[in-house]
This record gives sequence, C-alpha cells and structure tokens, in this order.
Amino acid sequence: MSDLIGILESSLRIASPLIFAAMGGLLCERSGVIQIGLEGLMIVGGFAAAVGALQTGSAAAGLAAAALAGVVFGYVYAELSVRFRANQIVAGTGMNFLAMGLVPFLSKVLYENTGTTPSLPLEQRLSWHWAVVLALGIVAGVAWMIRSTPVGLWIRFAGEHPAALESAGISPRRVRMRSVIAGSALAAMGGAVLSIGLASAYSRNMVAGRGFMALTALIFGKWRAWPALGACLLFGLAEGLQVRFQSGAIPVQLMQVLPYALTLVVLAGFVGRARAPQALGRQD
Amino acid sequence: MNKMSSPRWGLLAVCAIFGTLSQAMAAPIRVGLVLDKGGKDDKSFNAAAFHGAQDAQQKLGIQLKVVEATDDNAFEAMHRALAQKQFDLVIGVGISQGDAVKKVAAAFPDRRFALVDAEVSAPNVRSLLFQEHEGSFLMGVAAAMASRSGKVGFIGGMEIPLIKRFEMGYQAGVRHVNPKIEVLSSYVGVTSEAWNNPPKGKELALSQYGRGVDVIFAAAGASNLGLFDAAEEKQKFAIGSDSNQNWIKPGRVLTSMLKRVDVAVFNAIELAAQGRFEGGIIRHGLGDQGVDAAVDANNDKILTREIRTRLESVKKQILAGKIQVPDYYQQRK
Repeated sequence: MSDLIGILESSLRIASPLIFAAMGGLLCERSGVIQIGLEGLMIVGGFAAAVGALQTGSAAAGLAAAALAGVVFGYVYAELSVRFRANQIVAGTGMNFLAMGLVPFLSKVLYENTGTTPSLPLEQRLSWHWAVVLALGIVAGVAWMIRSTPVGLWIRFAGEHPAALESAGISPRRVRMRSVIAGSALAAMGGAVLSIGLASAYSRNMVAGRGFMALTALIFGKWRAWPALGACLLFGLAEGLQVRFQSGAIPVQLMQVLPYALTLVVLAGFVGRARAPQALGRQD
Repeated sequence: MNKMSSPRWGLLAVCAIFGTLSQAMAAPIRVGLVLDKGGKDDKSFNAAAFHGAQDAQQKLGIQLKVVEATDDNAFEAMHRALAQKQFDLVIGVGISQGDAVKKVAAAFPDRRFALVDAEVSAPNVRSLLFQEHEGSFLMGVAAAMASRSGKVGFIGGMEIPLIKRFEMGYQAGVRHVNPKIEVLSSYVGVTSEAWNNPPKGKELALSQYGRGVDVIFAAAGASNLGLFDAAEEKQKFAIGSDSNQNWIKPGRVLTSMLKRVDVAVFNAIELAAQGRFEGGIIRHGLGDQGVDAAVDANNDKILTREIRTRLESVKKQILAGKIQVPDYYQQRK
C-alpha cells in the first residue's frame, strides 16, 4: 500500500513541471504560434528561480523571478515570431540555444561557474505539494479561460481563423503576442518547479528534454487543457513506475520511449483525431 | 598576386620570430583540459579533475585552458582544436572521450594526451585508470555496517560497464560484512544526460528510502546532488563518489568514495612540465590511494571508529590478496 502511494507521489512530482510547461505551450499554440522553445523557457525559468530564491530567501519570490524571466524571453520570441514573422520553428530553436548559452554565461558572472547555482536550504525550497496544487489550479484556470471567457475566444480565433477575429476589430497579432508572453511565463515556472522544488539548485543541463516532453504531452492531449494534463500525468506515471520497477521484468529503455511511442500512436490517428489549431504556424 | 603576397610573407616571418622568441623565453607549458558534460561544478568527477589542473596551475605555473562539452559530438572537435593550437598536453576527462582522443592522438603524434577513465594504447597517450571496484567495496563495507534496516541502496548514473563496476564492487563489500543484507540498485538513465539529472536522482533515492533502505551509495555525477537532498529530507545516510562530497550535507553523507582524479591529472601535468611525460596505462588503486574512503570533520561523528577500523583492515586484506574483489571488467571478458 505504501508502495502504491510512493509511486503515485513520485509520478505527481515528476509530472508537475511538465504540467506548467504544457499549459504554457497550450496558450502559445492555441493562439496560432508554434512553441518549440519550451525547453529553453524551462532552462531560464529554472535558473531565474534558483537565483531569485537565493537572493530573497523565499521560494515564492523564486517563482515570481521565473515568471518574469519567462515574460522577457516570451516577449523576445513574440517579437521575432509574431511581429517580424520569423519562421517559428527556427526562432523557437534559436531561443532554446540562447537559453542554453545564456545560463552558463550568467552563472559565470554571478557565481564564477558554468551553469550551476549554490544549493538552497531546505526551508527555502518550494514544497512539491504546493507545486502540484498550483499546477492543477493552472490547468483549471487555463481550461476555463480558453473555454468560457472572451479572451479565450480571441485566443481560439487567433489560432483557428485570424481573419474572422480581424473583421471583428481585434488584432490577432496582438492577441498572439500576449498569449505567447503569458504562456512563456507559465513554461518558465515549470523550470522553477524543477530547480527549487524537485531539486535544491539549478544545475547544468538539468532540464534534460523535459520541455520537449511537455510539448509532446500538449500534442498528445490534442491541444486541450484537461487531456494535456492527463498526458502529463501518464508520462509522470510511466517515469514513476520506471523509478520503482527498474531492473525488473520490463527493460528501462522500453519504459523511457513509452511517452513518445504513445504520442506517435495518437498522431497517427489511432486514438481519435488529433487536430492542431488551423492557423498554427501560419504567418498572416 | 605577387605584389600582394610579399608584405604578407614579411608579416608571417615577423610572427614566426616572435612566436619562437616567446616560446623560448617563457616556456610554461600549455595544458588544455576537456571536461565531460557534467562540467567543473558537478562537485564530483569533473570537479576533481578541475581541481587537479587548478592545483598544477598554481604550483607549477602552467598555462591552463578549460573547456566543457555540451554534447558528446563536441569532444573530437575540442581535442583537435587544442592540439592544433599548440597545446603541449591535452587532457580528456571521462570515458566518453576515449574515441575522440584515439583519433586526435593518432593525427597529432607529436602532441601529448592524457585520458581519464578510458584506455587508449598509443605512445603519446597516458591513460589514467582507477580500480573503482576496490573503492566501491569499501563503500559496501561502510554501508552494511551503518545500516540498521538490513537494506542498502545503489544509484548509478548512466548504465555503462564503468558504473556496473562500482555496483558490483559495492555489492561484494556489503555481502562481505553480512550476506543477508539486501542491495537495491537503480540507474538514472541510459544516455549521458543521466549525469546531470538531480531531480531523477532524488526520485530514485526517495523510492529506495521508501522501501526501507537506510544507506545509499551513488555514482551518478551531478545527479548525486539529488540523493543528498533526499537524504536530508528523509534523515537517512548517503555515500558520495569521486570527489570528497562529505561537506555537501554534513552529518548525512556517511563517507565518499574518493577517486583521486585530481592527483592523477596533477601528476600527468607535472610529468609533462618536467619533460618526463610517458604514454601508457596507469592504474590507480588502494595501494597508491588512488581510490579511498573519505574521512574528515564532516563525517567524523557518523563514520564510527568501528567502521573505520574495519575499513583499514579490509584495505590491508585486499592489498594482500586475501579478499578478492570482483571486477565487472574482468567478468565480462
């Protein structure tokens, strides 16, 4: 019994940064902007949170610092992809590389090393219970906003049929800019959960592909909030089971490809149809 | 064309003269250190190599350049670049640099290379190897004696033969003390990202502690930090590796398996500085304290005198050949 609880707790912990990043990605992509830069956002968010928490001694301030870093990064990406109409895959990849280079540089300036922050004491870390509660709250908030508020309607129209939005007198580009910035802040908070919640510092390359995993969860969840949450929890469970039953009957490697294999199955259309927002990646 | 080239030749000649002059005058040797993905702040394996090189810089006045790889494909380019830039000694740190050093050393036979953890047989390469299984055996002895629950754990970084060698030595050490103690083992992953994943290291540790383990030995690079966080939260014991990690969580880190990469790197640099560098395969073990158990003020209270005396006697018995420590490398052959 305690074993089961252990596995579930572990799965929730593993899923929580993914949930933040997937919701961030959802806001961007539903407005019609491809967000391949989740990985980079988690990197800057994780680093900013660790620095913020170290400076102020408070986990909440760390989380706020991450959101702020996400806003700055998201703004740059929004300028590139929405205003200047750069290819979104290329710009997003560029943001990922920028994050990978910027963090070692900043930590060199701040701490004389190449991408690791000093460790936080136990009481200044974000408890994982809070991280999970916050993640679930954000899912509920995003789902409600997209479905039932005017802003959500604009975001959906910007992603599906920008011309209609424009004819209603609302600029789809402005909606996209704001949506990308808000989404980036959420994704960066996912990095914060990783660095000051699940670990005690930001350490080099610690995001380790979780941004791409969140993007996968978003697509697996067909760009909808609750199903994307389900996908994150499923990935968390796969990893949680792997942590517990490693060296058992099922090879580790098989467990690790499971999330990606499942997503391919979904994209191939075996589990209903996955339909991306119509105007996703289109420059108009 | 000819008119253009004559001033250039002049410039080149001036450069060449200055080059030879500066070399003849200063002559501190130039050392390039290529670190693995963990980076110099992993507080473990790479940190040890970096400290050795830094020590050499201070004591021997060498010129040191440290580079870190961000992915496994960068190693060859880095070694090649350092060799081309007239570095006298290029040091590769980590098993994944073996192929890169092999290729580059063959292409630059007049440059000298040192390589930690991997074996390359070439006259200009000094391979620095460690008897990890012996050190891990000591950790097994310490863990088994400190455990009250009858269960101890092992967490490896990337699942490769090198880390299996740690695991096998550790298990043998545990059984040497008490064959009834159960050993759980887990690995962070199967790619080199496993060295940099503290959150996953922590999950594995929490899972093992949750199943009744009370001492865990980790050989997982920067992922070790996750184990220490978990040990602090759950008030259990952890054992570090490569560098002395006792200071990271004083009172929770029972001991660390020292792997004196720092000493080996320092020695290689010193030999090169004295012009006595030789290629070959150098094995560091218990005998020359290349591997050892870390004892300092941070674990003074938790590593009991009983454990320490036992460790000393086990060391003597291994060196005398009375205890045979199983070696994963040998068993595979």
